[in-house]
Amino acid sequence: MGKTLAEKILGDKSKTKVRAGDIVIAKVDLTFVQDTTGPLTIRQFKESGFQTPANPEKAIIFLDHAAPSPSQELSNDHLFLRRFAKESGCLFSEIGSGICHQLVAEAFASPGDIIIGSDSHTTTAGALGAFATGMGSSDVAIALALGKTWLRVPESIKVKLSGSLPKGVCAKDLIVYLIGKIGADGATYKALEFTGEAAAKLTMSQRLTITNMAVEAGAKVGLFPSDEITQSYLKAQGRGDKYKPLHPDADAKYENAISINLSQLEPMVSMPHAVDNAATVQGVKGTKVQQVFIGTCTNGRLEDLATAASILDGKKTHPDTRLIVAPASRQVLLAAIKANYIQSLIAAGAAIMPPGCAACLGLHQGVLGDGEVCLSTANRNFKGRMGNPEASIYLASPATAAATAVTGEITDPREAM
Amino acid sequence: MANRFLKGRAFKFGDNISTDLIIPGRFSHLRSNLPELAKHVLEDADPGFAAGVKRGDFIVAGRNFGLGSSREHAPLVIKMSGVSAVLTKSAARIFFRNAINQGLPVLICDTDKIDDGDELELDLTSGTITDLTSGVQLTSGKMPKVMLSILGEGGLIPYIKKYKDFRL
Repeated sequence: MGKTLAEKILGDKSKTKVRAGDIVIAKVDLTFVQDTTGPLTIRQFKESGFQTPANPEKAIIFLDHAAPSPSQELSNDHLFLRRFAKESGCLFSEIGSGICHQLVAEAFASPGDIIIGSDSHTTTAGALGAFATGMGSSDVAIALALGKTWLRVPESIKVKLSGSLPKGVCAKDLIVYLIGKIGADGATYKALEFTGEAAAKLTMSQRLTITNMAVEAGAKVGLFPSDEITQSYLKAQGRGDKYKPLHPDADAKYENAISINLSQLEPMVSMPHAVDNAATVQGVKGTKVQQVFIGTCTNGRLEDLATAASILDGKKTHPDTRLIVAPASRQVLLAAIKANYIQSLIAAGAAIMPPGCAACLGLHQGVLGDGEVCLSTANRNFKGRMGNPEASIYLASPATAAATAVTGEITDPREAM
Repeated sequence: MANRFLKGRAFKFGDNISTDLIIPGRFSHLRSNLPELAKHVLEDADPGFAAGVKRGDFIVAGRNFGLGSSREHAPLVIKMSGVSAVLTKSAARIFFRNAINQGLPVLICDTDKIDDGDELELDLTSGTITDLTSGVQLTSGKMPKVMLSILGEGGLIPYIKKYKDFRL
């Protein structure tokens, strides 16, 4: 019997023959924390009696969630993490460098790796064929200490993609559609494995958007095969030597299969206050929006900024609507400056934030007021997410976000192109 | 396990209680000040919860409890509030693992049969839940052996301190 991607990677790393449902102990190739979960992780690491990480050269501390720090308390958390990075020899990513998941994709994740991050959107690196999953502080502290973790081999759901995305329809629309279809717990404890002729054609940027949100259906990982797209992405990042092909076996056993024809998709939103509360943009168009936020580990990449800039170029944001843009990494920001996307966005009225999580989680750089509506390209719209339980958040693609910033109300990007 | 039998009142919640409802991001500056953070537990879902909950009480929730972020502060502040176990129809993956790692039992059962305010008794060894108010008895789903051992030691950190490694 053939193996799924999840079974292949976990079998390889645990040096055992594994099947879905087995519990394995596996070596971890990369462990990371960020600034809101890192301090607890490091305190637990120290409390467990460990002095040094098993592999400090494979451990990263990112400052991205509160970056730069908006408060005294968070500044002290940053100090604590900087000090630990120095004394432990762990790699360190300073504020302004970018969001952990984007930087992991650019510079660290390789096909077949096991990656453990103390952030739920660690699933992002599954776009490169890495078994990447979020865990809490205790698990990450112990992975840091021992260089390994325990994992239950997940059952896999096959998501077979055909057709091609119509103009104005983005990878974000596809994943919101899927989550709406299977629900916020539709893939709990399971792997979502993307396959089919349309999956093979999706760019790395699109794949990263999709795997980023796999966790919003409860999934442990979201996996793409490692193929020519992966190879050219790794080459472009100067890591061509890290490429290895990785595909599920043709006779692999899947718990379930879902087919999606991309050609039939249309722009989607997640309505307040749940990601699986999905609707078409057509169904909610005209809803007034006070803040548009483009960025995050879901949609803060160069392709996303290009999409937004192409719609906003030569236009102005609506007088009653503010636009906040946060590139996902320094590399993205530099490339977006070079391509003139940033100039177009600023000229249209955007406030540009430093690379990082920005307004996504309600800490700073765009906290909402009472009764306000935000349309965001992020991955979560839970009540209170952007710092105010009295506000509402719609999730959408960068194309929908840009079109909405111009009109001040939720707008179908196909009408703006 | 320190306490095989647990007794307390049920605090009912609905489906999809997210980590943003359990401990919102706007309190991130309190994450290194846990006693202060714990005062805000579940504030956006039930403003009276933190003041009303007593040591030993239970959270009784619907589907997909704890979805969202990996913040282990979520089960940590629930435990600090005095809650002795979470009973839910299903739990989000990271929350479930985090709760066990914090020594907070999560029992999967049909919570529709429990009403808000009911007195409950749990037998953690057998996974039996008795609703002393209604007389209904429920059985919870089994968790993997490794999780039972971690829970038995009071969490992952004490477990690793004792065994120095994972034991399957």
